[in-house]
Amino acid sequence: MNNFDIFVLPFAIGLYTLLIVFIAKAYDWIKHLPVEDRRKIGKGILSRKIFGVFKEIFLESLLHRKIFKVNPLLGYMHMSLAFGWFLLIIMGTIESKIYGRDLLNAPWDPIFFKYFMHDTNKFHSAFFNFTMDFLLLFVLSGVGLAYAKRIRAKIFGLKKTTKQILFDKLAIFSLWLIFPLRLLAESLTAGIHHNGGFLTGGLGTLLARFIPAGHFEYTAWWLYSLSVGTFFFVLPWSRYMHIPTEILLIAFRRFGLKTKTGFTNFSQIEVYSCPRCGICIDKCQMAGDLGNEKPAAVYFLNSIRAQKVKTNLSFDCMICGRCEQFCPVGISLNEHRMIQRNKLISNSYNFHFLKNGSQPKAKVAYYAGCMTHLTPSIKKAMIYILDESRTDYVFLDKDGGACCGRPMMLSGNFGGAEKLIEANKESILKSEAEILVTSCPICYKIFRKQYNLPIRVMHHSEFILALVNSGSLSINKSALRAVYHDPCELGRGSKVYEEPRELLNHAVDLVSSPYEMENALCCGGSLGNIMLNYEEKDRINQSVWKEMMTNHPEVLVTACPLCKKTFNKNAPLPVKDIAEIVVESMKVRHLTTTSKITVTEAAL
Amino acid sequence: MTNWGYRINKDRQIDFDRNDRRLAMYIRKYEPSYQLCISCGACTATCSTGNLTDFYNIRRLNIFLMRGEIDEIAKHIDKCMFCGKCELVCPRGVNTRKVILIMKEGIKKIKHNEQL
Repeated sequence: MNNFDIFVLPFAIGLYTLLIVFIAKAYDWIKHLPVEDRRKIGKGILSRKIFGVFKEIFLESLLHRKIFKVNPLLGYMHMSLAFGWFLLIIMGTIESKIYGRDLLNAPWDPIFFKYFMHDTNKFHSAFFNFTMDFLLLFVLSGVGLAYAKRIRAKIFGLKKTTKQILFDKLAIFSLWLIFPLRLLAESLTAGIHHNGGFLTGGLGTLLARFIPAGHFEYTAWWLYSLSVGTFFFVLPWSRYMHIPTEILLIAFRRFGLKTKTGFTNFSQIEVYSCPRCGICIDKCQMAGDLGNEKPAAVYFLNSIRAQKVKTNLSFDCMICGRCEQFCPVGISLNEHRMIQRNKLISNSYNFHFLKNGSQPKAKVAYYAGCMTHLTPSIKKAMIYILDESRTDYVFLDKDGGACCGRPMMLSGNFGGAEKLIEANKESILKSEAEILVTSCPICYKIFRKQYNLPIRVMHHSEFILALVNSGSLSINKSALRAVYHDPCELGRGSKVYEEPRELLNHAVDLVSSPYEMENALCCGGSLGNIMLNYEEKDRINQSVWKEMMTNHPEVLVTACPLCKKTFNKNAPLPVKDIAEIVVESMKVRHLTTTSKITVTEAAL
Repeated sequence: MTNWGYRINKDRQIDFDRNDRRLAMYIRKYEPSYQLCISCGACTATCSTGNLTDFYNIRRLNIFLMRGEIDEIAKHIDKCMFCGKCELVCPRGVNTRKVILIMKEGIKKIKHNEQL
């Protein structure tokens, strides 16, 4: 079956251009990946991981499960367009193969099927006519919702939608015309040749009654082909490049590739996978509370893709992780921010004053960190707990010490951070401790991720919980209504959500707030944002307070000294750290033995 | 001439009409909150690096800046560990970490003879 008419050319040119450009880009990306990454890809393709890849492509790229979690209507819109179009292509291909005689068909056979094939009196015709029309209706429902979203984003639970750049506008313009034009073209043909289903046949008959369908049929197919062709042709320079790129991203990510502290081609693939859906703008507190959406992740990624990253934009981010948490593609946005910062600043440092003397040895090393030193009540509470539980500990930075290095990393100075890590690691290892405990989630995160310590690292909430569970500490429960705030670095940053809550349930009556766990709000005090002034941070903090007060607590409990300091500025309630709450509910136990009880791994 | 062993001390006079104000103007443009500084010393008291050295603190950098002693700043500014305590305790709300970042950029540009 050689179906050909000159109107299929725009479609064909568009499709072939897209294929060539994408394959060339993908080849270039893969070729210049670091060697270990390429090895991981090779190993991954031949392993069972490939099933996980197909599963994720089905669940996320087609069904858009993550977007459903953000808002069901939004998820349906994206799904109907993606999954609907996918099914149209599959069904259309099967349809054209069954009607045709060759096993191989030209790419335009399924797309323009109804134009070429008028004889639909075969036994399978009713099924295909119905299915294709149903799928077209499915996609058109998504297109309709897409029009609605541009007018009123509120129905989709979004406060704003993304501002589009020129190529995106062109791509959207052509995309939005494709399916209505397909409906028009197929209906006109169905009106003349009666080869339509319930939708195209019905509409076709209606149209044929009022207009000379024969005159317009050919033009309609031309327009349809032009719209698809334009869309494919513009795609590599628009947001829709995410469609093919996402597949590479999912596969490579499952094979173990990651963006860490350098911008590799995997990072480039992440940047191109951004579909500019706008969910990140909605989740960003700076966009919501300050009305400043310019530094939102989507615009930031746009600037990386255009290779025009500005200092102001990359430093104006709290690195709270909310955008990263809800990104449907799972781009590692925090890492991208820090990498761009690293490229923009002078990475100089001079820490020769860090000297390492001798270190007393103990089973547990307690590292307070810079911020805890600024909130002495937390320090006092921790020392009390450590003493009362008869823990064998050493207070590593009792007289102040070097900073853990994460604020330096957040500012982009990776070299300086490395030096600080080196100095601190030496003193931690010299103490020969088995457990490192810190009361600051910022320090906790870098200890866990960058320090590569051979010993166990615990946040003080985890540690105190272990003390309680092993009986070294006894606390009483009070009727105090408390609400817990998940710090960004502990919650989304280190995935520690349950332990602080479990510990607090031993001590107070914990109430919930509308923004918890992965959805928690940033207090605003971020060390990650260098651009905000104190008044803007206050505004963010005040709106967070409003949410925390929803269930009328009597006290706000934090697990981070920086959060505590930030919340204290606008506090309608007392703000206490977990350690302070524990101390208040403790009964002092006098043990009969005089030897120090060590908290070993076994007890935990 | 015979060397009598007398030493001539370097002139420690700072002429405020002819000091090098390039860096100060650069910072004034990009982070004007630095002008709010009242030299109260809270930052100095809490500085992590200041605790470990005998010289460094951000208040002193401000004095060097006003005097135009850019070389002195360059000598010490790389010691900042960016911990952020100074910013939290500042009673006037100076955005100290941003000031340090901008100072570093300004010094780099001056060293490379670029336009500030």
